[in-house]
Amino acid sequence: MEEIGIEHGHVHHIDPAVGYESSKLGMWLFLATELLLFGGLFAVYTIFRAKYPVLFEEQHHELNKTLGAANTVILIFSSLTMALGVASIQKGKRNLLSILLAITIICGVMFGINKYFEYTAKFEHHIYPSTSIFFALYYMMTGLHMLHVLVGVIILAVLLVLNIRGKFTEKYNAPIEIGGLYWHLVDLIWIYLFPLLYLIA
Amino acid sequence: MEVKAHAEQHHIGIKVYFLVWFALTVLTGVTVWVSYIDFGLLNIVIALTVASVKAALVALFFMHLRHEDKVTWIFALYPLGLLALLIGLTISDVFYRVTP
Repeated sequence: MEEIGIEHGHVHHIDPAVGYESSKLGMWLFLATELLLFGGLFAVYTIFRAKYPVLFEEQHHELNKTLGAANTVILIFSSLTMALGVASIQKGKRNLLSILLAITIICGVMFGINKYFEYTAKFEHHIYPSTSIFFALYYMMTGLHMLHVLVGVIILAVLLVLNIRGKFTEKYNAPIEIGGLYWHLVDLIWIYLFPLLYLIA
Repeated sequence: MEVKAHAEQHHIGIKVYFLVWFALTVLTGVTVWVSYIDFGLLNIVIALTVASVKAALVALFFMHLRHEDKVTWIFALYPLGLLALLIGLTISDVFYRVTP
């Protein structure tokens, strides 16, 4: 264990396997708090949708289903490239990870661009968070989610730079896996936001 | 703590990842399609069921939950319990409160 510790520099006093397991567990704990952060908003959504079903039904037509669906497909694809990235570095394929991380980042940026067009279209129609409780929730939920996409893209960009510098190997790749977990959570939350906001029948 | 050094990194086949991605994309199509048909109250049930199946696929395969130990499963599931409590109790409060 000693030699492996020295090899990775910063973890000499920890058994790397234990370090790997506990960092993953720590991330899952963080993801739990993220889920509850969004959970509060989902609770508010549930109550107001139950109180004002007609308002929700009418106003959701203002949302762009096509852009919403496109963003869903983009995020799901980026989750695939992220998962493939983790798998590739675990087999020591560093260059493949760089490519896959880059694709994942591009997907995240595309998601943001789509959201920019969505928001500006809403503003042009004079739809603001103060318009109604539905749009207050729309802006709050998608805005908070967009913030997570942004943070995710920054994390992935840092991981990409570190990977190009040769920091990750077949044996040491916990940050990639943990960054991936975060990215998948962003996807997971959108999986619920999309039908709840865009697809009210 | 005795941990098997790198045996913990289970390699899910590349094929499986592509299959999961395909299923997720198809299910997205299904939710969009269903939203154009009026099933009444069933619409929201279908939408949430499909979303939960998708979420489960992401967690189990992309996030490797399938191969994680019990502690990770507890960490992954307990917020769902708290969420159910939060939403359930708030709803029962809002809709069954007797306002004077």
